[in-house]
Amino acid sequence: MSDHGPHKPDVKMYLFVFGALMVLTVVTVLVSWLHLPIHAAVAVGLMIATVKASLVAAFFMHLKGERKIIYGLLGMTVFFMIILFVLPLRDFHDLAPRTQHIAVGAEQP
Amino acid sequence: MSTLAPAVSYESDTGVTNAKLGIWLFLASEVMLFATLFTSYLVLRMGALSWPRGWEVLNVPLAMCNTFILITSSVTIVMAYAAVVERDKPKFKKFMLVTIGLSFGFLILKGIEYRAHFMHNEFPSTSIFNAIYFTTTGLHGLHVIGGIIVNSALLYLSDSQWDHPLFVGRVEGAGLYWHFVDIVWIFLFPALYLL
Amino acid sequence: MTKTAQHSTHDGHGHHHLSFTEKYMFSLDHKTIGLQYLITSWIFLLIGFSFMMVMRWQLAYPGAPVPVIGRLLSASLAPNGVISGEFYNSLGAMHGTIMVFLGIVPLAVGAFGNYVVPLQIGAPDMAFPRLNMMSYWLYLPGGLLMLASFILPGGPAQSGWTSYPPLSIVNPGQTVWLLAMVVIITSSLLGAINFLVTILNMRAPGMTFNRLPIFVWAQLVTSVLLLLAFPPLEAASVLQLMDRLAGTSFYLPQNIVVYGMLHKASGGGQPLLWQHLFWFLAHPEVYVLVLPPMGIVSEIIANNTRKPLHGYTTLVGSMVFLGVMSFIVWAHHMFISGMSATLTNFFLITTMIISVPSVAILTCLIFSLKGGSIRYNVPMLFALAFLPMFGIGGLTGLPLGLTATDIYLHDTYYVIGHFHYVVVTGSIIALMAGVYHWFPKWYGRKMNDTLGLIHFWGTLICMNGIFFPMFILGMAGHNRRYWDPTAHLHNLPTQPLHVVSSIFAWLLFIAQLPFIWNFFYSMWKGEKSEENPWQATTLEWACPSPPPHGNFTKPPRVYRGPYEYSLPGKKTDWLAQDVAEVPA
Repeated sequence: MSDHGPHKPDVKMYLFVFGALMVLTVVTVLVSWLHLPIHAAVAVGLMIATVKASLVAAFFMHLKGERKIIYGLLGMTVFFMIILFVLPLRDFHDLAPRTQHIAVGAEQP
Repeated sequence: MSTLAPAVSYESDTGVTNAKLGIWLFLASEVMLFATLFTSYLVLRMGALSWPRGWEVLNVPLAMCNTFILITSSVTIVMAYAAVVERDKPKFKKFMLVTIGLSFGFLILKGIEYRAHFMHNEFPSTSIFNAIYFTTTGLHGLHVIGGIIVNSALLYLSDSQWDHPLFVGRVEGAGLYWHFVDIVWIFLFPALYLL
Repeated sequence: MTKTAQHSTHDGHGHHHLSFTEKYMFSLDHKTIGLQYLITSWIFLLIGFSFMMVMRWQLAYPGAPVPVIGRLLSASLAPNGVISGEFYNSLGAMHGTIMVFLGIVPLAVGAFGNYVVPLQIGAPDMAFPRLNMMSYWLYLPGGLLMLASFILPGGPAQSGWTSYPPLSIVNPGQTVWLLAMVVIITSSLLGAINFLVTILNMRAPGMTFNRLPIFVWAQLVTSVLLLLAFPPLEAASVLQLMDRLAGTSFYLPQNIVVYGMLHKASGGGQPLLWQHLFWFLAHPEVYVLVLPPMGIVSEIIANNTRKPLHGYTTLVGSMVFLGVMSFIVWAHHMFISGMSATLTNFFLITTMIISVPSVAILTCLIFSLKGGSIRYNVPMLFALAFLPMFGIGGLTGLPLGLTATDIYLHDTYYVIGHFHYVVVTGSIIALMAGVYHWFPKWYGRKMNDTLGLIHFWGTLICMNGIFFPMFILGMAGHNRRYWDPTAHLHNLPTQPLHVVSSIFAWLLFIAQLPFIWNFFYSMWKGEKSEENPWQATTLEWACPSPPPHGNFTKPPRVYRGPYEYSLPGKKTDWLAQDVAEVPA
C-alpha cells in the first residue's frame, strides 16, 4: 500500500553494469567493422543494443524489483510500440517494389 | 493543498509514489514518440532505392565517444541519487555536476559533428538519410538539453530542498528521465551509424 | 502513504488568501480548472460551429454571396461575398480541428474529467495540481494560436484536419496548424499523466476498482489512449514541420509538380507514412471523443432509472477491450489509399471485432432501462437520446469498416454523416446531458427545466435534420470536401438535401440560444439547489455544492459499489457509496 522506500543503491552493481556497457559499446563498433550484410548487421546490432538497454533499465532505472504496475504499464507500452513498428513496416514492405519502381520510372527522361 | 489530515491513507494498490508513477507514464509516452521516429526511419529506408551504410556518411569514432560520455553520465547520475539516499550532500553535488558536465560534452561533440556536416553542404534537405539523421539526433539533443535544465535545477535547489521529503523522489525521477535519454541513444547510435 | 505535491508554504490551517490571478486565472484547484476548460471548450465549439454555418451557405446555394458576413469578409477570402474555394477549405479544415481538438476533447476530459473524477474517487484534488494548471495554460494558447492562423502570414490551414501530404506540405497555412497541434498535444499528454496517477493512486479508502463509477473507468481508458496514441502524431507533426520549414522530404516523393513548377526537395519520402502515423492517433482519438460521454450517460441512466446499471463488469471490460482494440484498427481510414492488400484485410478484421464492445456497451445501457423507475428530467432526456443516436452512428460505421462497401463510400458524404452521428448526436448530446446533470454541483443552483426542454427537442430534431440527409447524399455518390456540389452533374438531383441540412444547421444554432442563456442566467439567478438534488449515490454528491477547496470536509470512506439503487428491503431507494449502513 505504501511505497517501499527509495531503492537501496548498490554501487558495486552500478560499476559492473558500467563496465559491461562500455565493453558492449566497443563490441558493437567492432562488429560494424565486419561490414556484415544488412540483415545480419541489423540482427546483431539490435541484439547488443537490447542487452545494453536492458542493463540500464534493470539496474540504473531500478526496474529489477519494481512494482507490478510499472511492469504492466511498460508491457502495455511495448505492445503498442510493436504494433506501431510492425504494421506500417508490413505495409511498406509490400509496397516497396511498387514505390521503388515508380521512383525509377520518374528518373527516366 | 488539502484540508484533509495528513494521516489519510489512500487506497493505493500500486505501492508507487505519485511522482514515480507520473515519471514512468511520461517515459511511456516518450517511448511512443521515439518509436515513431524509428518506425519512420525503417519505413523510409525500406522504401528507398539505395541507402548508404552509416559509416560511409557519418563520423563513427566521434559518436562512439558520445556513447561513452552518455553511458558515464548515466552512472554518475545514479551515483548522485545514491548520495541523496545516503544523505551525503557534497557527494550528490559532485556527481550531479559531473553529469551535467558530461551532458554538455555530449552536446559539444554533437555540435562539432553537425558543423562538419554543414561545412560539407550536408543539410536535412540534402537527402532523406540526412533528414532522418538530423531530425532524430536533433530531437534526442533537445531531450539532452531538457535533462540539463532539470538536473541543473535540482543541483541549484539541493541546498534549500535537501530536507524536503519529496526531494529524493525528484532526483530519482530526473535520473529515470536521464537513463531513458541514454537508452534512446543506445538504440540510435547503431541504427544510424553502424547499419 | 502516497502524497500529492504540496506547496511548501501551506500551513495546513485552511485559511489561505489567494490573489485574483491565483484563484481564478492560474488556479491549482481542479474544480476551477475544470470550469475554465468548460467555458473555453464550449466557446471553441461555438466558433467551429460558426465556421460550418458559413460553409453551409455555400453548400446550399453555391456561388451565392453570403448574406451579412459576405460583405465583412475581405476580397481574397470571399470575392464579391462568395466564399472562395481556398477559404471554404480553410473553414473546413479548421472546423474539424477546432471541434475535435479544441472542443470535444477538452470538454470531455479537461472539463468533465477534471471536475468530476477527483470527486467521484474521493480525492481532495488531482495528483499534480500544477501540471493541471499548465495543461489548461497550454490548451488555451494552443487554441488561440490555431485561431490566429487566420490572420498570420500563410493564412489558416487548408488541407483538412487530416493534413495529408504532399498537399499539406505545399499548401499555405499548415505551419501554424502544426505548431499549434504540438502545443495542444503536449497539454493533452500532461493531462493524461495527471488523470492516470490520480485514478490509480488517490482513490479514497474502500474505493476499489470494482466500485469505481463507470465515468471514472471511461476516463481511465481515455487517458491511456491519450498517453500512448498522441506522441506518434506529435513526432509525425515534427516531421511534417521539417518538410515545410527545413526542406526535408519525409513525406514527399520525387518530382512533385506544384502549379506547373517542380517542387524543390530531395524526394524519397512516403506520403503514406503520414497517413499511418496520423491515423495511429486519430483512431484512438475518436474513442477519446466517445468514451467519456458514454461514461456520462452511464451515470445519468443509473441515477434516473433508480436501479443499478446492467452489466457493470461487461461495461468495464468492454471499455478496456475497446481501448486496446482502438490501437489496431486505424488503417480502416486508409482502405483506398493504395496500401497493401494484406494489411487491408488485417484491419478489416480488427475493425469488425471492435464493433463488438461498442455494441456491448450500448446494450448494457439499453438493458439498464428495463424495469427502471425512469425520471424524465432534462439530463435523462439527453442521455436517452444518446442511445439510438449513437446506435445509428455506430451501425452506419459498419459499411465503412467493410472494405468492399468502403470502396464506394470512402470520402463521400456518407462518412460525414456517420461520424457526425457518433460525435454530434452522440458525444455532444451526452456532454449536454452532463452539463444539466452536474450544473447543480458546479454552481449550487439548478438550470431551468423549460428552457432545457426547448433546447433538447430543438437540438435533437435539428441535429438529425442536418446529418440524416448526408447518408443519402453519400450513397448517391456525393464527394466530401467539395466547395461546389454542383460541379458534379450527378450531385444535381440531391442538391435540395444540402438546403435541408443547411436550414437545420442554422436552426440548430437558434436552438442553442436557450441553452446559453439558461447556463449563464442560472449561474447567478438559478433556483438554489441542495447538495444532492438527484439523490445520487456517487461520491461527488456527498460534498457541498459547489465543493470547497479540498472537496470533502472529512475524508470519505467507501462501503459499496456506485449504483446501489432500489436495494431490496431498504428504507430509501438509494444508498450512497460513503454512508455506513445503519442497522435497521
